[in-house]
Amino acid sequence: MTDHHHSPDQHDHKHTDGHPHRHPNQPDEEDGHLTEFRLMEIALREILIEKQVIAQHELHDIYQKMDHRGPHNGARMIARAWSDPSYLDLVRRDATEAAKSIGLEPTWLNLIVVENEPRIHNVVVCTLCSCYPWPLLGLPPDWYKSRAYRSDIVRKPREILKGFGTNLPDDVEVRVHDSSADMRYLVMPMRPNGTEDWTEEHLARLITRDSMIGVTTALDPADVPPDNG
Amino acid sequence: MAVPSQDPKFEPGETVRIRNAYPIGHCRTPFYIRGLSGKVERICGHFPNPEELAYGRDSQPALPLYRVRICMTEIWSDYSGPSQDTVEVEVFEHWLEHVGHPNP
Repeated sequence: MTDHHHSPDQHDHKHTDGHPHRHPNQPDEEDGHLTEFRLMEIALREILIEKQVIAQHELHDIYQKMDHRGPHNGARMIARAWSDPSYLDLVRRDATEAAKSIGLEPTWLNLIVVENEPRIHNVVVCTLCSCYPWPLLGLPPDWYKSRAYRSDIVRKPREILKGFGTNLPDDVEVRVHDSSADMRYLVMPMRPNGTEDWTEEHLARLITRDSMIGVTTALDPADVPPDNG
Repeated sequence: MAVPSQDPKFEPGETVRIRNAYPIGHCRTPFYIRGLSGKVERICGHFPNPEELAYGRDSQPALPLYRVRICMTEIWSDYSGPSQDTVEVEVFEHWLEHVGHPNP
């Protein structure tokens, strides 16, 4: 359920003052724009099911698997690497193997984990298309796939990072990774100070999707209190 | 018949130049690095040539794939950030040429 958005100039009053609001109607799913490729997908899927080449439930299983992939996967890897030096060593030697060893299934992935350091900040893009380590991060956000991001991040990375709230001093190297071929990248953000005795589970909550793409850093520990009980 | 794969021609640390070529058809060498030089950061391994794969052709032997680190100031003459900012791009061997000598 998404919140509807209000622009400041339209609303200078609260919702509780009684009079009706005018919001643009959002069309029902069926009344949205049907592109040629969307139509093609529907036609192909329906005929493959009709001819019993694939079964509806097989597709459903795949959708469920895809929906279950998300940044929590990558965050688990990073939290483990922060906590366990031998796991960090494996991540550095063979990141794909490191992912598999904690039960992730990046079977086709050729993974490289690039580590942020005090003087190096990494950020990932695919300028050619939108390659993304989705077994570890889930589906990519629309902005990652946009022409704007894909062209600007290799042209003026610091400006783009500023837009995400990430300001880097001039003595830090910004290193942009363009996944132009077979490798896929995950950024390991720097571990925030004051988290030395945190559990892996708690640490993982500091590590967001955007920090593993590299447009932000890990969250501030003060913003991620431990669970109660 | 198994096709023997070739040994990588370039080593990590070596300075290489990306060929300034514009062949017809599919390739995955971005335009913005063509003709520029950088350092080999690592050899990624051998992978099938996407230029062949795209047309359903035999993509053997697999070719060495490298990551090449290039300075932003090398790419953009008006780069506004610090001179140490870089891009690292994956480039197939047949797009690379020797320039300097490998680091000892």
